[in-house]
Amino acid sequence: MTVMIIDTGNYIAAKAAVMARPGVVAAYPITPQTTLVEGIANYVKSGEFKGEYICVESEHSAMCACIGASAAGVRTFTGTSSHGLLLMHEMLHWAALARLPVVMCNINRVVGPGWNIWPDENDSISQRDTGWIQFYCSSNQEIFDTVIQAFKLAENEKVLLPVMINYNAFILSHTSMPVYIPEQKEVDDFIPKYKPKWKLDVNNPITFGNIILPADYEKIRKDMQSSSENAKKLIPEIAKEWKKKFGRYHGDLIEKYKCENAEYILLAMGAIGAESKVSIDNLRKEGLKVGLARVRTFRPFPQEEILKLGKQADLIVIDRNISVGFEGALFSEVKASLYDKSDAKVYGFIAGLGGKDVTYNDIEIICKKTIKGKVKDCEWYGLEGV
Amino acid sequence: MHHFHSEFRECIVVSSKGLVEIVFHGRGGQGAVTAANLLVAAALKDGNKGVQAFPVFGAERRGAPLRAFARISEEEIHLRSEIYFPKIVIILDESIIEIVDVLKGLKKDGKILINTTKKPEDFDFSKKYGVATIDATGIALKHDILVGGIPVVNTPILGAIPKILDRVTLPSIQAVIKNKWKGEGGEINVKATQDAYDSVEVNF
Repeated sequence: MTVMIIDTGNYIAAKAAVMARPGVVAAYPITPQTTLVEGIANYVKSGEFKGEYICVESEHSAMCACIGASAAGVRTFTGTSSHGLLLMHEMLHWAALARLPVVMCNINRVVGPGWNIWPDENDSISQRDTGWIQFYCSSNQEIFDTVIQAFKLAENEKVLLPVMINYNAFILSHTSMPVYIPEQKEVDDFIPKYKPKWKLDVNNPITFGNIILPADYEKIRKDMQSSSENAKKLIPEIAKEWKKKFGRYHGDLIEKYKCENAEYILLAMGAIGAESKVSIDNLRKEGLKVGLARVRTFRPFPQEEILKLGKQADLIVIDRNISVGFEGALFSEVKASLYDKSDAKVYGFIAGLGGKDVTYNDIEIICKKTIKGKVKDCEWYGLEGV
Repeated sequence: MHHFHSEFRECIVVSSKGLVEIVFHGRGGQGAVTAANLLVAAALKDGNKGVQAFPVFGAERRGAPLRAFARISEEEIHLRSEIYFPKIVIILDESIIEIVDVLKGLKKDGKILINTTKKPEDFDFSKKYGVATIDATGIALKHDILVGGIPVVNTPILGAIPKILDRVTLPSIQAVIKNKWKGEGGEINVKATQDAYDSVEVNF
């Protein structure tokens, strides 16, 4: 029987990870991920987690341990945040190129200095090109459901890419919300034991990560790209199967909210994507035709879905990140998706950096300002004293 | 960390039916964050489908003023921002009134619950708002609810809440307390909630 519990995003992620029955979890604590690791440690103590829990001395080592474990053929999970993710950087590439289906939660936290533990997305956005699939969640229920779904996606033979599930520091990691938890057997049925085609095995020795000449290396890059394209098809299929079995659905690559007859569509990721629903309701009540497309996957990027939106409406993009020297990362990708195929106007806003609160009211102001035609192509919202 | 935009205004949140927003003011160590969590767990038990509890995010120090937030709604809550316009303010430490503007953003029909030995009429703002008072420190001391020698007032405060908010019942509050602290610890805290419920004074 499905039960409803109330807990923080980190404890919910720990619950999901343990219910996926990984063979190995290797992690190093960092604020605001610490309670995720603590949650898993509690399941070690209670005996509910039966895998190997490896305490390592750094995040680089955490990812190395996950790579080793995954290559040995077991389901593998970890979690990190901000500087921890950045310390993993080299090994993130390694996990992806070795085609190891490691699943990791990253709690989106500001990168220092100045020292700041609050949410923004520069940590994971800067890992865009590592080959990892990236999800962005907006509720604790979505965290639970996405962690389980991520194993199914990552371990699919047509994908075999690692998956990073991102959620905002504190806004989700430390906020208690009600979450439906399915039975263990239902989870087991949804993600049966991981059976890799190749694995490190002393009785059947094969080589991993050996030297590879240019022509063949190019092929493995192309294969990653094709697998990421496969993931685009599989993400909606897995979400549909989940919906059928458990009745819950958070969208595919994007989650659309009140986009019918919209003249403007707002695009955002993470917690801002949830808060925006309140704004859309209020704007609709005032007769403004605004909808929301919450971007759930940044990689693979939902290019086709966004092109469809661009054929219907002008787009307003909120980025909780900045690619210094250019603009918000989502803003860039959205425009690239439309290039030469749509003449929709696209407006970009940078908001909520350093953990600055982004309220429904802020989002309404952004939309109204855009509708009134009073915005530049790219603006920093609510920036004071600069 | 948070900011008030010049155009910031209170507006009707239409997406969440029957939304009640609550701000707890306390000092590090008094159990404000736990109180917020237990309150929404009880509210969920009482059939409120959307609930949320969260601290003000950051470094917490014992004794320093801090806030915790709770949202209770009849349906799923999409809000993820802090609470700026509470319906209820709960003050775990009376001395905070001197240093923090606890009435900031309080709705016109808002209510304030204070841990104090005073009566509601003793507070100036009782002319404008509904005020409830409870000697939570006294109740905590009576039941020997101490951590590191400091009275923890969160469970007595929780016992007083059903008197100012009909969306949460005392039996549900007592059930979540018993679930969190098994055995004697839970029983003592349940007694404290009953004492609080029986002795709360209101001006409305």
